[in-house]
Amino acid sequence: MHKLLSEKIDKEVLLLGNEAIARGAVEAGVGFATTYPGTPSSELSLNLFQISQETDLYFEYSTNEKVALEVAAAAANSGVRTMCMMKHVGLNVAADPLVTLAYIGVTAGLVILTADDPAMFSSQNEHDNRYYGKLAGLPVLEPSSVEEAKEMTRVAFELSETLGEPVLLRTTTRINHSSAFVTLKEMKTPIPTGNFVPNPMGYVTVPAVSRKLHVKLLENLAKAAALSDASDLNFTVGDGTLGVICNGVSYLYARDAVQDLGLEGQVKILRIGFSNPMPEWMIKDFINGCQKVLVIEEGEPVMEEAVKAFAQEACETLPIKGKADDLFSRLSEFDPAMVRENMARFFDIPYTPASSVEKQGLPEIPQRPPNLCSGCSHRATFYEIKKAAKGMDAMFPSDIGCYTLGFLPPLSMGDFVLCMGASVSSACGFSRATNKKVVAFIGDSTFFHSGITGLVNAVFNNHNFTLVILDNGITAMTGHQPNPGVDMEQMNFPGYTSISIEKVVRSLGVGHVTLIKPFKVKKSIAAIEEALAFEGVSVIISQEPCALHAKGLKLLKPRAFTVTDKCLDHRDCINEIACPSFYLDNGRVHIDADTCVGCAVCAQICPENAIMPLKKK
Amino acid sequence: METTRLIVVAVGGQGNLLASKVLGEAALLDGVPVRMSEIHGMAQRGGVVESAIVFGDAESTIISDGEADILLGFEPSEVVRAMGRCNARTRVITNTAPLRPFTVAIGQGVYPDVDEMMSLVRERVADLIAIDALALARQAGSPMTMNIVLLGALIASGALGLSRASVEKAITLRAKKAFVEMNLNAFRLGEGAVATA
Repeated sequence: MHKLLSEKIDKEVLLLGNEAIARGAVEAGVGFATTYPGTPSSELSLNLFQISQETDLYFEYSTNEKVALEVAAAAANSGVRTMCMMKHVGLNVAADPLVTLAYIGVTAGLVILTADDPAMFSSQNEHDNRYYGKLAGLPVLEPSSVEEAKEMTRVAFELSETLGEPVLLRTTTRINHSSAFVTLKEMKTPIPTGNFVPNPMGYVTVPAVSRKLHVKLLENLAKAAALSDASDLNFTVGDGTLGVICNGVSYLYARDAVQDLGLEGQVKILRIGFSNPMPEWMIKDFINGCQKVLVIEEGEPVMEEAVKAFAQEACETLPIKGKADDLFSRLSEFDPAMVRENMARFFDIPYTPASSVEKQGLPEIPQRPPNLCSGCSHRATFYEIKKAAKGMDAMFPSDIGCYTLGFLPPLSMGDFVLCMGASVSSACGFSRATNKKVVAFIGDSTFFHSGITGLVNAVFNNHNFTLVILDNGITAMTGHQPNPGVDMEQMNFPGYTSISIEKVVRSLGVGHVTLIKPFKVKKSIAAIEEALAFEGVSVIISQEPCALHAKGLKLLKPRAFTVTDKCLDHRDCINEIACPSFYLDNGRVHIDADTCVGCAVCAQICPENAIMPLKKK
Repeated sequence: METTRLIVVAVGGQGNLLASKVLGEAALLDGVPVRMSEIHGMAQRGGVVESAIVFGDAESTIISDGEADILLGFEPSEVVRAMGRCNARTRVITNTAPLRPFTVAIGQGVYPDVDEMMSLVRERVADLIAIDALALARQAGSPMTMNIVLLGALIASGALGLSRASVEKAITLRAKKAFVEMNLNAFRLGEGAVATA
């Protein structure tokens, strides 16, 4: 049985934030769940996928976030409690359905989980998705802790049904990837099917209908404002004339700061958990009687601007500050010391920060950047493209996935990364706007997510570039989730239809299509040279399973290679492909037999043929 | 309850997440409040991984620079890289077996001498326990048990107020059944290394 289906009610268990949210959804009786995986939300989807194998919950990995939300919108308007999960940038992809779905509303609870990533641990930007609540006119809930994340998920379903609107549950990496003890509560039985009651005047968003629906949305937003003002997700702790208004993890740092600075009895904290609409009367009441108010929120000054506007209405003239050069930044994430220091500064409290040990005199430690794994097929493909494009004035747009790491030297394959799918569309633009040979990279999952539309554009508009589809048969970066190209039978999941990337590409009328097996180095380079010479849109599909995934499925039996005495120390192996299984010892090149999987790419490029399979002892 | 802030630094794949979970589970058994934070995703592809574990009454799940009470290092050069997390009262427990970054192989930087690194760390912090946890893990049956060897050293150091019984129980709860004995053995070897150090 899946650990999140435990019936030990009232038992405390150690859960990751994403597990706690999954359990909260199960306790709420979620019947339908859709997602496109993205860090920091990925484990939430994975757990619901696993749970769906054991219960009536319907779960799907959708093609992209827009699709996921549209599938979810249908379920939630068929009376089924639904959850739709994505990382923050995913909600940009789903923004189109989001905004109009707010007009339509839902007949059963729909919780849209958006996992923001302040500090960009694994994202291309750190934008603040609370603005989507304001943009779409939807309620936003924000937990401060792992324990609360579970409870709030349940509350979010109830709130969604009370209002007949989707609810945005907004987390940050430090909620998704923190662990704490969580108390298990009763689970509701999931009901994955319901009934759709046709009502064209409520569902068919032609202008005449939408004008009425917008009126309804504003009425719902007014109801949401009243609920926010009465919600126990917004609460005050402590007492004093110095005010702190905060949300999310900032609340934890503020609580610790008050204790560390000994400010009990002087500082009161208003924690906002229901942050759109903001609780107007609660805030006006809170600031009345405060000398100063400090707003502590990561990201943008969303609450700060609201608090200042409420203060103006209430004719309060006290200092209210949050984002400022000498206080909090819009950049990155906060930490306990930063909050403590800024609180002390703003409230004029003496404070000496902890001093770190002396760093002077410590040796410089070599960098340890993330790297493509040993035996990663992307490394081979990048090497071969580099060889085939040698001497060309070429540039290389890339995309979002493990292969983004190919931009690092010595491979240095990646000149422009924008967002999911943009390698293909930006290649259209670069090939027109420059005289360079353009070679773009995209992974299999990203191709299905939003690369196909760019390729359609390329064929229609007769662009001139080469697209390399790095097909490793899985969505690797986020932890090996399926995508439409994956052979699900192989993983013992029946009931899916796998889609051939080659057939899709050929059916679009691409002028030149090549399939390569990247571990066959010479053959691949020759095929790539031919594709690069083609005028028009050419596509190279590089097929080789992700080594990590194949090892996990026991499809790959590692067969380590070794550097024999024939080695004359050219070091092409380490200088050109940079496989992490190589190391130097006493100035000689060696291969770590524990990590080498035996892709044999290094053996094929060694000028002395000095790299051979390791003989089994 | 007194707050103890523990930072674990490791390289992706060294098993620091399991080690953190064992400590979390042991804290529950001992009735000690615990919160922890870790980073997944791109950093796991052979990069530096760091977990923060906060025991006691604090609410925060992360630890600011200069505020670690204990630093548990899985790799000696990563301990030096993480020195900014420590203050003069920090206790450091580390494995001394190096895992050289790939950048060294391609000539971007030099891996410092381990003994020299350890003495520079020792000068700066309250105390340092440096053991070859990898060798002990091999002795226990698998290099994969290095994380548990280090937990043994951590508990034996007395830096953390968790009972050894709870940690042993947490190991039996969290490790795969076939590997429980090996891991318990690793734990005891880690404890023993501190006793004789």
